[in-house]
Amino acid sequence: MTNGCGAPTQGGSIDVATTETVLEGKVLSDGTPVGGAFVRLLDSTGEFTAEVVTSPEGDFRFFAAPGSWTVRALHRSGNGQADVSASGPGVHAVEIAVA
Amino acid sequence: MSRENVLVSAAWSEENLQAPGVVFAEVDEDTTAYEGGHIPGAVRIDWRTELQDPVRRDFIDREGFEKLLSAKGISNDDTVVLYGGNNNWFAAYAYWYFKLYGHTNVKLLDGGRKKWELDGRPLDKEEVTRSATTYSAQEQDLSIRAFRDEVVEAIGNKNLVDVRSPDEFSGKLLAPAHLPQEQAQRGGHIPSAVNVPWSKAANEDGTFKSDEELKALYAEAGFDGSRKTIAYCRIGERSSHTWFALRELLGHEDVKNYDGSWTEYGSLIGVPIELGSGKES
Repeated sequence: MTNGCGAPTQGGSIDVATTETVLEGKVLSDGTPVGGAFVRLLDSTGEFTAEVVTSPEGDFRFFAAPGSWTVRALHRSGNGQADVSASGPGVHAVEIAVA
Repeated sequence: MSRENVLVSAAWSEENLQAPGVVFAEVDEDTTAYEGGHIPGAVRIDWRTELQDPVRRDFIDREGFEKLLSAKGISNDDTVVLYGGNNNWFAAYAYWYFKLYGHTNVKLLDGGRKKWELDGRPLDKEEVTRSATTYSAQEQDLSIRAFRDEVVEAIGNKNLVDVRSPDEFSGKLLAPAHLPQEQAQRGGHIPSAVNVPWSKAANEDGTFKSDEELKALYAEAGFDGSRKTIAYCRIGERSSHTWFALRELLGHEDVKNYDGSWTEYGSLIGVPIELGSGKES
């Protein structure tokens, strides 16, 4: 079966291969996790790369590559974004506040 | 073809949830979103388990499609409004698929689930049951579906539109960045293809850009309106989104979707592959 293009479950813990560059974190509103937010991964030129929907706990995760990225969250309660720099493979944490 | 014939807005949809002869259908690969809340009255279509043959890598056949739509309670003369997550990727795929089997009145909900949710419109968990129908499908309309040999022959003479992200196009990534990069086939793109990521055809809220913006986008990428066109991506769903923009919104006549896409092409023995941005030469 071909792997589809829908996003896997967000949140929880995963085994990260040593070659993978993972960007992950939470979307928060006044410190409270926001589930069901649309999180967009933008590259260093602001170009759209991928999008996921946060888990009920506000978690999101991308499999990217080393470099500078912006994560932007859209939700009916508000939008927000944050920059993250991934120097190399591994898990890079980032939080997004929406208002 | 005009936008009003193929797209409906979220506002129109909310006003027409009970309209006779209109059936809303949510299409996704992962249908847990539907279970968590769907547009009131919408039936569910599972891209993976209902639209794909369970054994061969192909679609369900004409008879299978007739059975599926009959069981969903969809009639030949119903207007089917499709929507889904992932910026309507699978809904656009289903739209193309409904056209392939000759359904007359099918539309996409502009912006899909994302726009609906961002607007704060109602979702419910009611079980939806519609009485069964006797649906009759046509033979596949192969004027909108491309197969591998035709794709190889199209190199250098048709528009080949690769709608994946630039990193997938260049061969750096084998899948979109929200997925693990575990695929084994070769990376790169079909020689002579232009790269116009599907996302450039959509606004941030998932709605399609205006016709003027779309025309400018494809013209700038080197799309030649006088040539025939084949769109592809990795598995054919993002390219359905672009197929929709090119054929249904902009009215280009000979546009096919290559559903085998990169997972087929990148695994073929002996076909040419180009790496990099494709812009150096």
